[in-house]
Amino acid sequence: MRRAFGALLVRDLRLALRAGGGAGLGVVFFLAVVVVTPFAIGPDLALLARIGPAILWIGALLASLIGLDRLFAADAEDGSLDVLSMGALPLELVAAAKGLAHWIATGLPLVVAAPVLALLLNLAPASIGALTLTLLVGTPAITFLGLIGAAFAAVFRRGGLLVAVLVMPLTIPVLIFAVAATSTALGGTVPFGTPFRILLGLSLAAMVLGPIAAAAALRVARD
Amino acid sequence: MQLVVENLACRRGVRLLFQGLGFTLEAGRALIVTGPNGTGKSSLLRILAGLARPEAGAMRMDGTPEPDDFTEETHYLGHLDAHKGALSAQENLAFWRDMLGRPALSVGEAMDAVGLGGLERLPVAVLSAGQKRRLALARLLVARRPLWLLDEPTTALDVAAQARFGELARAHVAAGGLIVAATHAPLDFGPCDGLDLGAWRPARPVVEGVDA
Repeated sequence: MRRAFGALLVRDLRLALRAGGGAGLGVVFFLAVVVVTPFAIGPDLALLARIGPAILWIGALLASLIGLDRLFAADAEDGSLDVLSMGALPLELVAAAKGLAHWIATGLPLVVAAPVLALLLNLAPASIGALTLTLLVGTPAITFLGLIGAAFAAVFRRGGLLVAVLVMPLTIPVLIFAVAATSTALGGTVPFGTPFRILLGLSLAAMVLGPIAAAAALRVARD
Repeated sequence: MQLVVENLACRRGVRLLFQGLGFTLEAGRALIVTGPNGTGKSSLLRILAGLARPEAGAMRMDGTPEPDDFTEETHYLGHLDAHKGALSAQENLAFWRDMLGRPALSVGEAMDAVGLGGLERLPVAVLSAGQKRRLALARLLVARRPLWLLDEPTTALDVAAQARFGELARAHVAAGGLIVAATHAPLDFGPCDGLDLGAWRPARPVVEGVDA
């Protein structure tokens, strides 16, 4: 079973990294959001430093949703999903392996890019550290919650919109606690650990519940 | 080992495709499912594969650890080949070998067996339709599963490849395997039973009181 999990993980990573896989798309989108924002807001450095973490998180959230609609749909269209669901691996772990591969290919680059992009928004060093840490912990939550939308997108055949509509509301708590944790780095009465632990809990819950819900959605498709 | 199907019915929308279908397939035999288009050949295979739910009826595979859930004893080869075009033939096949478990032939041996030797490193996207189909057939050989469910297995295959696949299928049956194949082409899989699904069509196919 571990071998099957690893095989699926490696296959999805290969597919994401080969030409046309779309692994770089999220980072480019992230970059675009962050670069454009200072032009829209104006040259107020203090303001940028204050709202910077929020902008970076919104960018990362939207960038994480890119490509999710194809996650299961591509496998459903070429028949792979049928064979996958007959393998040694339960559908829940199939979903988890695909989610993990998707996060490594699209979420992890966002975490790596964030400290560099944070400089563009005049973030303080403490803020940059806190932001990177919240992204590392929070982006898996978005990807694994996104699995639910991805599964429905495959079931209903055309579901690019479904992913955004279904997944966005679920990610709001992640956004709230992630940005709250980042702003504690600039001072305040709440210590960093309080919102950060809640974020950690949200992420762990999403990693367990997301694949289970996605597998249930995929099973509904078998009429 | 035997596959037992009892009183199976399949509904698509408001139409009953077949009803009261029952058969027993012994190990070492193949079942050739025939019938006009739209009689439910593919649907029957998907039900047997556990990919669709029957309207009524039961099926089991005696002689396996879990007779009622024999998905892991089953190879399903549908209309779609289940390849990734961006990966090479070798990568695709190696992936299915790890994914399906209970490895049998190695990737190289399986590719030789279906006549794809030498094409291992090519991306599947550049293979012809017939070569893609052969690669899908090679999937049957890399994992040991007794029941093969084949939906038009010889589509796009040339005459030589059809004969070669016939040999592989006869070897599988001779080794005590089971095959259920839906086809229009005449296939020689060794000791065969026939099933004409057209004969199981219900007298009144439209189910009343059911919304599509």
